[in-house]
Amino acid sequence: MDTASIKEELVDIFEDVMDADDVELTDETTANDVEEWDSLSHVRLIIAIERKYGIKFSNAEIEGLKKFGDIITLIQTKAG
Amino acid sequence: MFDLSSGKLPWLVPATADFRATLKALIAAPGPVPAQDLVALAAQDLDLNKLTSLDKAVGKLAGRIDGPALSPLKLALLAQATTDYIAPAIRASALRHGLQVETYVPAYGQAMAEVMDPGSPLRGFGAEMALIAETPQSLGLTRSFIDAASGAAAVASATATLTALVEGLQGAGIKTVILQTLPLPADPWAGQYDRRAKGALAAQIAAVNDAMVDLCDSHAAVLFDAEALSALVGRANWHDAGLWHRAKVPFALDYVPLYAEKFAQVLRALRGKASKCLVLDLDNTCWGGIIGDDGLEGIEIGQGSAQGEAFLAIQNYALSLKERGVVLAVCSKNEEANGKLPFEQHPDMALKLDDIAVFVANWTDKASNIQHIAKVLNIGTDALVFLDDNPAERARVRMELPMVGVPEVGDDPSLYPAMLAQGGYFETVGLSADDAQRAEQYRANAQRAVAMETIGNYDDYLRSLDMACTIAPFDAVGRTRTAQLINKSNQFNLTTRRYTEAEVAAMQDDPACHTLQVRLTDKFGDNGMISVVILRKDAEPDAWVFDTWLMSCRVLKRRVEEATLATVVEAARAAGIGKLYGDYLPSPKNGMVEDHYGKLGFEKLGPIGDGGTRWVLEVAGYDAPDLPMTLAVQTPVSA
Repeated sequence: MDTASIKEELVDIFEDVMDADDVELTDETTANDVEEWDSLSHVRLIIAIERKYGIKFSNAEIEGLKKFGDIITLIQTKAG
Repeated sequence: MFDLSSGKLPWLVPATADFRATLKALIAAPGPVPAQDLVALAAQDLDLNKLTSLDKAVGKLAGRIDGPALSPLKLALLAQATTDYIAPAIRASALRHGLQVETYVPAYGQAMAEVMDPGSPLRGFGAEMALIAETPQSLGLTRSFIDAASGAAAVASATATLTALVEGLQGAGIKTVILQTLPLPADPWAGQYDRRAKGALAAQIAAVNDAMVDLCDSHAAVLFDAEALSALVGRANWHDAGLWHRAKVPFALDYVPLYAEKFAQVLRALRGKASKCLVLDLDNTCWGGIIGDDGLEGIEIGQGSAQGEAFLAIQNYALSLKERGVVLAVCSKNEEANGKLPFEQHPDMALKLDDIAVFVANWTDKASNIQHIAKVLNIGTDALVFLDDNPAERARVRMELPMVGVPEVGDDPSLYPAMLAQGGYFETVGLSADDAQRAEQYRANAQRAVAMETIGNYDDYLRSLDMACTIAPFDAVGRTRTAQLINKSNQFNLTTRRYTEAEVAAMQDDPACHTLQVRLTDKFGDNGMISVVILRKDAEPDAWVFDTWLMSCRVLKRRVEEATLATVVEAARAAGIGKLYGDYLPSPKNGMVEDHYGKLGFEKLGPIGDGGTRWVLEVAGYDAPDLPMTLAVQTPVSA
């Protein structure tokens, strides 16, 4: 899967999970940059991504996610 | 497809694509928001993110929600796990059932401390209901033992903790305590031998769940069977060890909507708002084919074809609901004679005409007919569930009568019983002997209506009924039904005060209370217990005040209230009481009893509270009326 289409899908998921619109997301965006992105919504975000791509992340993988770009890379690795 | 393991709620309509935009528009528009709109939004199949968004939106709309469609409920959530996902989902799902829930959650691990501390924020919150949602870990059930005795010790300790919590909450004045069972583990300990190993963790958890059932019986608490839910979706799906380690979330987040919906169904039942009547379409709902076109020989019902068996299963499911007091009605677009034909002549029909309390088959639109059914049965449209294979009819009824439960059953009749069952419309928190008779009573009422048409004079009619009224103080046998009436009666209810079964039990022995349960039989059948009265000693020494006076609308205009008052006056005279005070406290539903005391000869003293009135009757000046029934009064041991 190419980065652009994953990113597009992730923006939709992100808005749905965070209940927020027009969030600027770049590879470098972290939870600190988005008000609604806290530890609680992060868990829901991970679950929503797992469901969307039919994959399951380990806790070690989840702990390694620091910025938005990491999520895209991990999806590409897991979903092929 | 009916796949609960996906976490979806297939009996609800799918969520609209613009769900979040709709919420935003609601918040942005100025002025009041009809509560009914929120109920309709919540009636969709919402995933966790949408439930969370809806809950957030309701928070932002505080103070602007308007209308009688939502009633408030304060709930304490005592969960030994993260409640951050469950609490918003419960609040949002409860909207679906007409409840606006406010929750209080003690700090993590502080539940027991807050229950025991009289000055705690939990005590200050004023919860009406509390959910105890422990986990095996929090109850010390963490490992399997080779010896049964060690397992039994762990079970005893866990049970003691639960008992202390229930008694602590009840002691703190929280009337309704709900105990959540513990889901069994998905993974074995010793493998296939586990079922036989008394010390296995699974055996300990099962034993604690059994102890919860006993606690519910002994403490009039309520069970919420999360273990059954985990089995429903599959325990391997339910448990998510990673999520537990990472965030102390007690089960896979995909099932939060299902969990919250099932829990909201229990809250609805506890509030006495569960549905009472199943309204059935006929063609392609009760049998395959169209009776008007295909004729008696052409319709599919009964053994011999897959379709015929599926429709038979629907009929048998309807009968199983009738067995526990759900009233059955028919609403079909048909000639009446055609609609009745299979009931009368088809040998494979499980449903007979006698099972149907109200039979409406005509060409009028179904929404009007459903309203007519509610009126004949004397129940609200919110007590009806409408089963119809036709999506257009379902959509129309949903639009015209949003309070009617309309499961989105799809087009495979094999799934209809599961849709109705999982939809939880007829959820109950207790079954009494009277439940079994209720459907029969509604049907008999319809016969009485016909009898009256032929007799004409109302007093003659009442005498022709051969009514026998039995009045007794509260007792253990009637307690479940007494509590049920107290919590369900809305219309003929002077004060709408709700009491739990435990409180009802306490009144039985309270010397300051004079209680009455009223039963009525007539030549058409036994109506069971139909009225409950609670009198309390007033501050004034020779006076009693009616704390509660309610009656089932099934026996309206039968002069039962006059028989009740005559009995009360007699008891008052025997106890040296000179005055009876009665209050009318208005609610959205009890307008019919506004002048109840006036009609009985009480004198109006003046207004009280929000539109209420206080009335008085001088016992000395009361003459008992001549009543068209025999009256048997059982006097209390002490009054």
